[in-house]
Amino acid sequence: MSVTREEVAKIASLARIKMGEDELERMVPELNGILAWVEQLGEVDCSGVEPMTAVIPNTLRLRDDVVDADPKTAGGRRDDVLANAPAAEHGFFGVPKVIE
Amino acid sequence: MSDILDLGVKDIRDGVAKGDFTAREVADAFNTAVAAASELNAFIVTTPDHATAAADAVDARREKGEDLGKMGGVPIGMKDLFATKGVQTTAASHILEGFTPQYESTVSQNLWDAGAGMLGKLNLDQFAMGSSNETSYFGNVSSPWKKDGTNAAMSPGGSSGGSSSAVSARIAPAATGTDTGGSIRQPAAFTGICGIKPTYGRCSRWGVVAFASSLDQAGPMARSVEDCAIMLEAMAGFDPKDSTSLQMDVPAWEASLDADLKGKKIGIPREYRMDGTDEEILKSWEQGKEWLRDAGAEIVDISLPHTKYALPAYYIVAPAEASSNLARYDGVRYGLRDLPDGAGLQDMYAATRAAGFGDEVKRRILIGTYVLSAGFYDAYYTQAQKIRTLISQDFSAAFGECDAILAPTTPTASFPLGENQDDPLAMYLNDVFAVPASLAGLPAMSVPAMLNADGLPLGLQIVGKPFDEQGVLNAGLAIQQRAGFDAKPEKWW
Repeated sequence: MSVTREEVAKIASLARIKMGEDELERMVPELNGILAWVEQLGEVDCSGVEPMTAVIPNTLRLRDDVVDADPKTAGGRRDDVLANAPAAEHGFFGVPKVIE
Repeated sequence: MSDILDLGVKDIRDGVAKGDFTAREVADAFNTAVAAASELNAFIVTTPDHATAAADAVDARREKGEDLGKMGGVPIGMKDLFATKGVQTTAASHILEGFTPQYESTVSQNLWDAGAGMLGKLNLDQFAMGSSNETSYFGNVSSPWKKDGTNAAMSPGGSSGGSSSAVSARIAPAATGTDTGGSIRQPAAFTGICGIKPTYGRCSRWGVVAFASSLDQAGPMARSVEDCAIMLEAMAGFDPKDSTSLQMDVPAWEASLDADLKGKKIGIPREYRMDGTDEEILKSWEQGKEWLRDAGAEIVDISLPHTKYALPAYYIVAPAEASSNLARYDGVRYGLRDLPDGAGLQDMYAATRAAGFGDEVKRRILIGTYVLSAGFYDAYYTQAQKIRTLISQDFSAAFGECDAILAPTTPTASFPLGENQDDPLAMYLNDVFAVPASLAGLPAMSVPAMLNADGLPLGLQIVGKPFDEQGVLNAGLAIQQRAGFDAKPEKWW
């Protein structure tokens, strides 16, 4: 499978990365090179093979169902969370107006 | 104090404990060396105050007769992928420039708790995506090594290239690295140092900037196997803040080091003998077999039939996970915001990410977005994850016949910066021998073997069974003792 310039533009838009014409032109052959190379995976007969979900068998732990059960993962850190925000206002993340 | 710079983790820790020198003397010596090595561009920021404060605390504990910790008095470099409280953490990207975490990553905290101090944050490939350290927003890192008879700047490998450069240049006795598809082992091999990626889950990922979460593992980079064992012990451990953290005790790797391999079988995977592999690399592999045989091991041929598919599978799985992980950089919560005049929220996302990510990062996000998109998900992503299962099964079968696997770490020695930059695929091939162990979550280590005819280091790789870091370290130690690798780059910086 290969991608066209329009498809790359669509992917870039899905990935929320603005790309100019030059950049798109440059990406098309690069992505096609990579996609042509990964195409070889299609040669492998994978019938009956389960896709990997965990490299090392492990079970997800459950914590006690109470607020701040583990102090290490507790909340109450609003100011820390906002400390690096480009536009924190009134204890919230500020963004450009979304609803007209 | 120049001889202090030649000391590794164990010698510094033991020397401080014995009183041969103070931790402060060590920190001062390395801080000075770091400040004088800016030409390597190994550090993004230096933190001499952190190193001296940690050293003073260790010296004070010694005065009082208290325990100094596993890494007591050892100053280290911290890859700038680990969140460090109050110290800029960038992942070598523009999008995180100025980001100052309000918390400390588990691995770095473990190291500080063990008595280590921080010399600074080490440069890397942007978001750990690269094999040459040429994708950093903060400039290329140079290896301290030069090809004989040339003056070209050489690649320290990637993505942990600041780490490998600093440790081999002896401006840091050790450094943290992270390995997603070879990012500890390949730079270690390029610069003549050791580096181990433990079993997936040994080191907490909490506070490590995420690239591909099912593959990312932290590990130590240092100049000896013993130093790696010590530092890995300090870094590893169960962490409730990482859902994939292994709930297991950390073994006493240092105390159990044993280079006697009698009764051990070392597998040689026939599929790793690939066309185009450098003759000298093959020679070092042969030499490695001899060394391990000499240490008492039996060398057996094994097969890992799906090896050739590991790298293309990796370049689906890793970008897919990266495209998802890197969705968080949106100009809202932290880092860069690019808000063109009159732009709405969507335009702000797109402008911020366009300005904040480098080319290689964008390329991988696009590949990842594509392979996860409707209609292509099964053909690419599900297929790659099935192949990952087959690769893992290959290893399980091989470990029925051997205790550890010996292979080259890289298909070539280091190359001049700029040489492979125009061709992403050529660059990806650097990790052809490293990626299979990553896909299977296995512990794997690179140990320096020899210099090639150009005077550049070559590394040998040992891959072990899950949780058997000890077996990997022991085989590494056997190689280290026989290789007697003591070459040092000539100082030019």
